[in-house]
Amino acid sequence: MLAEFLQFLFSGVTVGATYALAALGFTLIYNASNVINFAQGEFIMLGGMLAVLFTQGGLPIPLALVLAIALPALVGVMVEKLAIEPAKDAEPVTLIIITIGASLVIRGLIQVWLGKGTFSLPAFSGDEPLQILGATLMPQSLWVLGVTSIVVVALWYFFNRTPHGKAMLATSYNREAAELVGINTNWVLLLSFAMSAALGALGGILVTPITLTSYDVGIMLGLKGFVAAVVGGLGNGLGAVVGGLLVGILEAMGAGYVSSSYKDAIPFVLILVILFFMPRGLFGGKSTDRV
Amino acid sequence: MTKNPFIGLYIIMTVLLVLPFVLPNSFYVDLAIRMAINAAIVLGLNLLIGFAGQISLGHAGFLGIGAYATAALPTHFGWHPLLALVAGAVAAGLLAAIVARPIFKLKGHYLAMATLGLGIIINIVARNEAAWTGGPDGMPVPAMSLAGFEISGDKHWYWIVAVMLSVSVWASLNMMNSPFGRALRALHGSEVASKVVGINVVRYKVAIFVMAAMFASIMGSVTAHYVGFVTPNLADFFHSIELVTMVVIGGMASVYGSVVGAVLLTALPQALAAFEGWETVIFGAILMLSMIFMPKGLVPTLAAKFSKAG
Repeated sequence: MLAEFLQFLFSGVTVGATYALAALGFTLIYNASNVINFAQGEFIMLGGMLAVLFTQGGLPIPLALVLAIALPALVGVMVEKLAIEPAKDAEPVTLIIITIGASLVIRGLIQVWLGKGTFSLPAFSGDEPLQILGATLMPQSLWVLGVTSIVVVALWYFFNRTPHGKAMLATSYNREAAELVGINTNWVLLLSFAMSAALGALGGILVTPITLTSYDVGIMLGLKGFVAAVVGGLGNGLGAVVGGLLVGILEAMGAGYVSSSYKDAIPFVLILVILFFMPRGLFGGKSTDRV
Repeated sequence: MTKNPFIGLYIIMTVLLVLPFVLPNSFYVDLAIRMAINAAIVLGLNLLIGFAGQISLGHAGFLGIGAYATAALPTHFGWHPLLALVAGAVAAGLLAAIVARPIFKLKGHYLAMATLGLGIIINIVARNEAAWTGGPDGMPVPAMSLAGFEISGDKHWYWIVAVMLSVSVWASLNMMNSPFGRALRALHGSEVASKVVGINVVRYKVAIFVMAAMFASIMGSVTAHYVGFVTPNLADFFHSIELVTMVVIGGMASVYGSVVGAVLLTALPQALAAFEGWETVIFGAILMLSMIFMPKGLVPTLAAKFSKAG
């Protein structure tokens, strides 16, 4: 009983950490620009696929991983520069469509370049599972959780203790006021795309040894990250992390105890329930309407 | 605007009348039918996106409800196809109302999230309940018959779809200028101001969403009958995105834009068949470029150019 529960919990927390990184990415961009970036999932895919490509190409592993984070960040910057900035004053629906277009272009290019196959990365510290109270924990899960925790702490430090982070926060509260005190909001927007792409890619790399990767994994991972962001209250960093873990755990429990074929439906049932009963998410603030 | 807004409708009806006599083969008839079906769905969706300012990212789910009602109810329970079509539309409408009521009390893009979830759940149910839906492979659809007369094949469905499209365009044009349509446009402009002048904001938004959902369900039933087969792909996320794209490319809040957007995007995969493997990239690039350079959509942008030149 306990072993089974722990087993589901371990796998839930592991995928949940990836959703949390994706949800943080959504949150960063949403705060900087009010854009819901539907290309977020593609950054997760890019991270995993590029890591596979570079390690199989014989690059030393640390260099391969750094490149697999840096290149998606560059792609994020390009998406912002080429697609979002020129259309900045458009309606939210239009911006959403633009990011969907960007996701199709990224996914399509990877499909043409690397094919439709499924790829894997070797686990970072071997495949010898740890035994905990009868449940097994893969060392890779520890990597996922450890790195995600470090990222969350680093982000907290960035937003609360550095001028760049504070500039981003100020922009999310009030764009015009931020501009008036001399913050370059275009630069903030660019930085938020680079950071959220890097976060997504990092999640994609970490989880690839466990869940494998292919050109189309970004769709579901991105949508679930989005659900996680909404569950936590869109725009709330802590909420994004808690939302990600919650979505991951509920999904794993549902798959284990209820039905594995309905695993993918669970996050989307969750989003409906949250919208009905807690429309601002778990941590969202109140909003007021200005006339 | 002194121009008669119904001129476009007459043009569409003329084209629909002439088309069957000039199309060289059944491939083009099939394409024309699919364009007209999409145009009718997009008209409904555009009322929601363009006039109520709300986006549905799961509209293909409603299409799926209609299509599967049409396939499953006659197959498993021996219902009359027409009854199945109505049942599907009622189910879609009820579902839309249940989902929409709490959500429209909130501001922001919550409907996008809720419909996204709803659409994906419907798709997953269709894939998993193989005993009822045939699972991922889909299921055949029993033929529609009225008073002993079986409706099947390109010829029959072409005329049915042509009439449905003409009526939809006519109804949309009328609705835009009715008190209901003016209320919807006021909503999109400013919700607070509309409330002040006495418009029941939530009720109007729910009404338009329910209508769009029922309409999608009916067209889903028609699609199912015409194709003779339903698969879960009809109800998947990508199809929902395609429908939204048709609205946005044609022009939000533009009746004729809906038709133009549906026609162009239905033809696009055919045009892209030559670029095998690159379809996704090109489709995405067209989406991005048209949204960046024509955020208002094709028809409103061209109309503005045209009236300036004239």
